[in-house]
Amino acid sequence: MDVFYQQLINGLSLGGIYALIALGYTMVYGIIELINFAHGDVYTLGTFFSLAILTGLGVSGEVHGLALVGVVLVTMLAAMLLCGITGVLIERLAYRRLRNAPRLAPLITAIGMSFILENVMQLWKGPSPISFPAVIPNPSFQAGGVEIAAKQILVIVLAIVMMVALQLFIRNTKMGKAMRATAQDRDAAQLMGININTTIAMTFLIGSALAGAAGFVSGVYYGTTWFFNGFEAGLKAFTAAVLGGIGNVAGAMLGGFLIGLVEAFATQYIPQGAQWTNVVVFSVLVLVLVFRPSGLLGEAVPEKV
Amino acid sequence: MNPAVRRSLRFVPLLLLPLVPLVDHNNSHIDFLANAGAFILLALGLNIVVGFAGLLDLGYAAFFAIGSYSYAMLASQQFGIHVPFWVMLFAASGIAAIFGILLGAPTLRLRGDYLAIVTLGFGEIVPQTFLNLSQYTNGPNGINSLDSPSLFGHRFGFSATPYFYVMLGLIVIGVLLASNLQNSRLGRAWMAIREDELAARHMGINTTAAKLSAFALGASFSGLAGVAYAAKLDLVSPDQFQFNVSVLVLSMLVLGGMGNIPGVIVGSFALSFINSFLLPQSTNLVHSIGLTWIDFTDYRFMLYGVILVAMMLFRPEGLIPSRQRRAELREALTDPGISAQEQTEYQGAAR
Repeated sequence: MDVFYQQLINGLSLGGIYALIALGYTMVYGIIELINFAHGDVYTLGTFFSLAILTGLGVSGEVHGLALVGVVLVTMLAAMLLCGITGVLIERLAYRRLRNAPRLAPLITAIGMSFILENVMQLWKGPSPISFPAVIPNPSFQAGGVEIAAKQILVIVLAIVMMVALQLFIRNTKMGKAMRATAQDRDAAQLMGININTTIAMTFLIGSALAGAAGFVSGVYYGTTWFFNGFEAGLKAFTAAVLGGIGNVAGAMLGGFLIGLVEAFATQYIPQGAQWTNVVVFSVLVLVLVFRPSGLLGEAVPEKV
Repeated sequence: MNPAVRRSLRFVPLLLLPLVPLVDHNNSHIDFLANAGAFILLALGLNIVVGFAGLLDLGYAAFFAIGSYSYAMLASQQFGIHVPFWVMLFAASGIAAIFGILLGAPTLRLRGDYLAIVTLGFGEIVPQTFLNLSQYTNGPNGINSLDSPSLFGHRFGFSATPYFYVMLGLIVIGVLLASNLQNSRLGRAWMAIREDELAARHMGINTTAAKLSAFALGASFSGLAGVAYAAKLDLVSPDQFQFNVSVLVLSMLVLGGMGNIPGVIVGSFALSFINSFLLPQSTNLVHSIGLTWIDFTDYRFMLYGVILVAMMLFRPEGLIPSRQRRAELREALTDPGISAQEQTEYQGAAR
């Protein structure tokens, strides 16, 4: 049973990262019905930015006490800001012009953006995996036979905090209201005096910033990254967003944790599971899209004619 | 001159293609042409799915993998089975077509972008499965020493020339097939679905059958390409069929012009040429003048990305478009939710 609980913890912390990425997918899809294929690469870019910032700060190992709080906050917020700006730029340059084009056109553009970002990162840090400094001291706790690492708690808590903050933002602020209105009916929102360009840019800013946070956390969590990281992670996070019900913030969270759990348990309980986790996760994606495209928490929306 | 004659005169240069190996004795050139031929076949096949029927398939490399692995498993020492190359061409295109239907069937109800993601998932699952089933496929090492095809007792061996002619023959068959399909009842059904699926269904088109046949026919092309390519390369391994292959073929379509057969061929050839000649050669050139830190081949994926983005933004119909597709895409581009014309009308009314 200890193995089960151990994998539960592992799955939840994995899932925390997927959930943070999935929030960006779900927000963007909710508002402009675009699968922002480049989102996974913005997440990897978050790790790369964090790495550059840490190098700039001269941090290459564990930091303690107040300095730790400072370093973590500065790095994460800067990475979030840089990723947010990247996201806004991508929207402005590549997607805005195609907002009314047939749906597949912006999707193809997004795939193109994804390739461009990957190539940029490859040119930046080379094609091999790069290591990420272990900034955070990582004591682990024993609970029964289960070992819980501090950074696992960090990931889970951070993901939940971010989701709650996002949920409050969308529910209670004027911009959040504008986002919901734009998602519901862009033309009507515009007629009500909402600046939809700003609103959509804001959606990209927040979604990409969350990916930036996920990028930082994943650097700390895995201690390594490479330019192609975002493809697989992005696809899994998209799976999470769809599983939870795309467009639904709480759903993205739920989906993220579920995909993390699926991955952890598949690794443990399927013979040679580590080889098959991707096949299992992508099969979940295919099955959900085919049999319940509205996801667990989403409502079935009839296609607009 | 009679326009029909003039039109057919344009194809005269193509008749010279079979002479290329007789004139050009550089094996690497012929090798390049044969490889480019495989990608033209892939592009022709994907064009049926994406260009004609408008179903965005992001996992097309999976069918290429299935074709290649069929040949590798059924015509090598791997299991001691030696099905002749010519039989395998047909068999593998059939196998790929069956997988096309298997993938297509559950996705029939899906909207365009969800369909794209499902095919992408499928495209990830297939090579991963070939990688993991290492007791049958040798995992990451792949299967090598495939049977060399032979014709009238003449074995192909390692020369690229026979493969060049095989590719050329397959492309000719492929073009004839695709252009006849395009003008057939089925082809018109695909285009109707591409333009408006709901309307197509209401006009009495059996969208299920039409979409499934698009998947099956498209996949069968990559089955052919897979067999010929595997035999030529003498090796099949899972890393030949990653996502970037699917995107490469898609870029060929987007560059040349989705839905237009000459466009697709030109786009495909142009990208192969850039990849295999232009980038390495220009790298050699700048290296020879001392700029050794520049390697243009590192920018390959950037190139695909830029092609996809720039074409979609500025010329979505491709360089050599089909007239119909251009009309569709242009109309959509210049028709925002509230069009410019409507806006001026509103402004006029307000005044």
